[in-house]
Amino acid sequence: MSLLWLPFLPLAGALLVVMAGRLPNLREALSLVTAAVLAALTFSWYPAVTAGETPTVVLFDFLGSAQLAFSLEPLGLLFASVASGLWFVTTLYAAGYMRGNNEAHQTRFFTCFAIAICGAMGVALADNLLTLFLFYELLTLSTYPLVTHKGNAAARRGGRIYLGILLGTSIGLLLPAIVLTWVLTGTMRFEPGGILDGQVSQGMATLLYLMFAFGVGKAALMPFHKWLPAAMVAPTPVSALLHAVAVVKAGVFSILKITVYIFGLDFAAQGDITRPVMWVAAFTLIAASLIALTRDNLKERLAYSTVSQLAYITLGAALATSMSVMGGAMHILMHAFGKITLFFCAGAIYTAAHKTLVSELDGLGRAMPFTFGAFLIASLSIIGLPPLGGSWSKWYLMLGALDAEQAIMMAVFMISSLLNIAYLLPIPARAFLFKPPAGSPIGLREAPLASVVPLCLTATGCFCLFFLPGPLMALLSPWNDS
Amino acid sequence: MTAQLPALQILLPMLASALCVLLRSPAGAWLCFTLATWASFAVSVLLVLATRSGAILSYEMGGWEPPFGIELRIDALNAFVLLIVSGMAAVMAPFARSSVLAEIEQTRVYLFYALVLLCLTGLLGISITGDAFNLFVFLEISSLSSYAIIAMGPNRRALLAAFQYLIMGTVGGTFILIGIGLMYMLTGTLNMADLAERLPAMADSRTEKAALGFIVVGASIKLALFPLHAWLPNAYAYAPSLVSALLAATATKVAAYVLIRFIYTVFLPERAFDGLMLSELMMALAAIAMIAGSVVAIFQHNVKLLLAWSSIAQIGYIVLGAALVTTAGLAATTLHLLNHAVAKGCLFLALGVIVWKTGGARLSDLAGLGRTLPWVGAAFVIGALSLIGVPFTGGFITKWYLLVAVAEQELWLLAGAVVLSSLLSIIYMGRVIETLYFRAPSQGTTRSEPVPVLMLTSVWLLALLNVAIGSYSEPFAAIARTAAGQLLGGTP
Repeated sequence: MSLLWLPFLPLAGALLVVMAGRLPNLREALSLVTAAVLAALTFSWYPAVTAGETPTVVLFDFLGSAQLAFSLEPLGLLFASVASGLWFVTTLYAAGYMRGNNEAHQTRFFTCFAIAICGAMGVALADNLLTLFLFYELLTLSTYPLVTHKGNAAARRGGRIYLGILLGTSIGLLLPAIVLTWVLTGTMRFEPGGILDGQVSQGMATLLYLMFAFGVGKAALMPFHKWLPAAMVAPTPVSALLHAVAVVKAGVFSILKITVYIFGLDFAAQGDITRPVMWVAAFTLIAASLIALTRDNLKERLAYSTVSQLAYITLGAALATSMSVMGGAMHILMHAFGKITLFFCAGAIYTAAHKTLVSELDGLGRAMPFTFGAFLIASLSIIGLPPLGGSWSKWYLMLGALDAEQAIMMAVFMISSLLNIAYLLPIPARAFLFKPPAGSPIGLREAPLASVVPLCLTATGCFCLFFLPGPLMALLSPWNDS
Repeated sequence: MTAQLPALQILLPMLASALCVLLRSPAGAWLCFTLATWASFAVSVLLVLATRSGAILSYEMGGWEPPFGIELRIDALNAFVLLIVSGMAAVMAPFARSSVLAEIEQTRVYLFYALVLLCLTGLLGISITGDAFNLFVFLEISSLSSYAIIAMGPNRRALLAAFQYLIMGTVGGTFILIGIGLMYMLTGTLNMADLAERLPAMADSRTEKAALGFIVVGASIKLALFPLHAWLPNAYAYAPSLVSALLAATATKVAAYVLIRFIYTVFLPERAFDGLMLSELMMALAAIAMIAGSVVAIFQHNVKLLLAWSSIAQIGYIVLGAALVTTAGLAATTLHLLNHAVAKGCLFLALGVIVWKTGGARLSDLAGLGRTLPWVGAAFVIGALSLIGVPFTGGFITKWYLLVAVAEQELWLLAGAVVLSSLLSIIYMGRVIETLYFRAPSQGTTRSEPVPVLMLTSVWLLALLNVAIGSYSEPFAAIARTAAGQLLGGTP
């Protein structure tokens, strides 16, 4: 099968969804089938990429000699697998959620969802900076109608911040950085070992790295993180998509890819090229965790948790050792499973009990044991405790910090893990241990099955990932050797 | 037949204009207008095909040999501008049917079409002629007819706007005439190619510098380059919808062509940019235009005015590329002539549909229309995205080429200005889009009948063209590169 199916199958799915707009059951079925086929197609590339191949497809010359081209390398396959695999789960969940809450404009919702996945796949497979930028923007624009789905004043405000920051950073910093790279080196291809080495001075490289890191606003480095909490006005499946699957992961993935294939780890580690970004990421990591502690709105707390977890990955990139980058890449996967579970839980709680504040959750665990059980597992995975997937990525990130001889960054990772415990664990603790407020009904009151099944699936995923580092290492090692 | 194409390019709209007056019926005039623009468009396509590889067509008007007779001379740049002008008119013809009937008095409709065709004749003539004085004549034809059609706008303020434009436009035209006169005095010829050959012998004469100065200022007025832009906002805002769209898409493009043609072909870049600091001056004015135009646009409540101010900013991009004196810069400028025409044309037409429906173009008239007129709203959004320069729209293509051209010269401040201007355009277009989709529809009187299919056809042709160019721009980029190469290679 051609590589082109990966970015363009979701687009075909979007078309099918539009055509089936009047038949909700068929529409959701089509979404699910497209997602399943896409995930299967993506996984089918695993053997080839693990064997060290880099399948490439050139579409056409897009801007002069700059091509629209796709290629699949290990990092990209990892991100593509996460995006396509979790798209399936999210669609299942969204079908239950949107119907359970009687949301309007469901066809538009599922269409934009599919286009957003197209954007994410394009980012994952981009063979050069230009292609990456094109699909990066497609992702931004296609998620705007999702963020403003409710169409009220709050949605408009959230959407304004969302679009303002993401378009602003990408046009204001990312595009100039790409142009600069093109003018200085005459190429935009992602190549093993990077393309900047020997072409630019250290000062220019440092500036470029800053422009890339801030220009990729989706990675939510402070001070460009505000769009994430602002986007919380969206329906919960969208939050799950934004935070766990497509948008933020496209951001940190871009940073990893740019670090590895544009700068090259050897070049990036020289001098102080990545040092400023490293400190910004470390600051974001801690500061966002502290802010999360103070938030009572469940989704908002999770949003700040995401900002902090993204900074882990950016920090992994900025440490620029093969261990830290591997840790960062793994964290894309591990955090995706953990965070999507948390958001699914938040949505399930909203659907079943109409509660949005952490302080309202006392004793709710007895009514919703599955939901809060999953919440507990996902929290532990994000904190990084074995036997859950999140422990691997944190382990490699810390090894990377040691490799780079950055003891302070080790400390940052540890402090942040403690903060994770402080802002995540009280939520299931309240739900299971506190007494429910007087007069609340007794007995099971879980959300509809279409919501509960996906969150149990992803929570199980967090657990299974702990036992799967082997295939992951096999995937990431060919690139790691070079 | 093909040998006569250059003459047909001007004659078709000119004769059709006269025919409109004879036909008198609104429907007949519209049909005549449509057929003439389509035929004229077909001619331009053939001319582009004939010149895109770098060939130059020369046509002796009336069989009189240049430099004594009038020569029509077509290279890649001319043909491209002709394509933009006639293409825009052809695409807008279906839109004109209902829009003009709604905005122009029934008894004057045929005159209106006759004048629009005359204006097109002028614009096409300016773009095709190889004779400096002939250029001035066509310039006056297009100017005089455009004063009249702006004055036919539905609001009485159109009269004042047209008068403002008349004063400024006449000053601009006169400046160009003085410049041409000075050159004639020096060399005794009016043929552009001939002028280019003879002027170097007069190098360093003050008369030549004065001629250049007069022509640059005159063309800049026509182009509405900051600070000579004062006539443009009102002229666009109070003109009939079709005229706003057509002038925004073509008139400033042709003025930019005049500026480029005189500087690069007649005076030759190595002398034009030597000594007068012309390049620096144009860059500075372009940068101010890009930023000031965008900032003012943010504060507009009338969407037509907003788009007009955005045009002033976009003219900055066009002039900036031309001021760089590099192939990359000129190619970016040439491409932006097309991309801005397509984007602004799309926006003005979508707005024209809204004016047809609600009777106004203030922001409050647009409230909630994204939901009640989904197709119009979506087209407006596509045009807006192109103006901002989002990938997969034409605007991104030019923004990319322009940024690369500026970065190649290491002019970081200018690169910053280009980026800043795009960011500002997010704000002003964002305001309109939010109004379209998030405000509750106002209770004003609106037409009950559905939007005519012909209107939507025009709007969507342009919207799709934006996306098509944004997805695959190579054919146009290749022409732009050829044109830039010819301009810098000396006389065409």
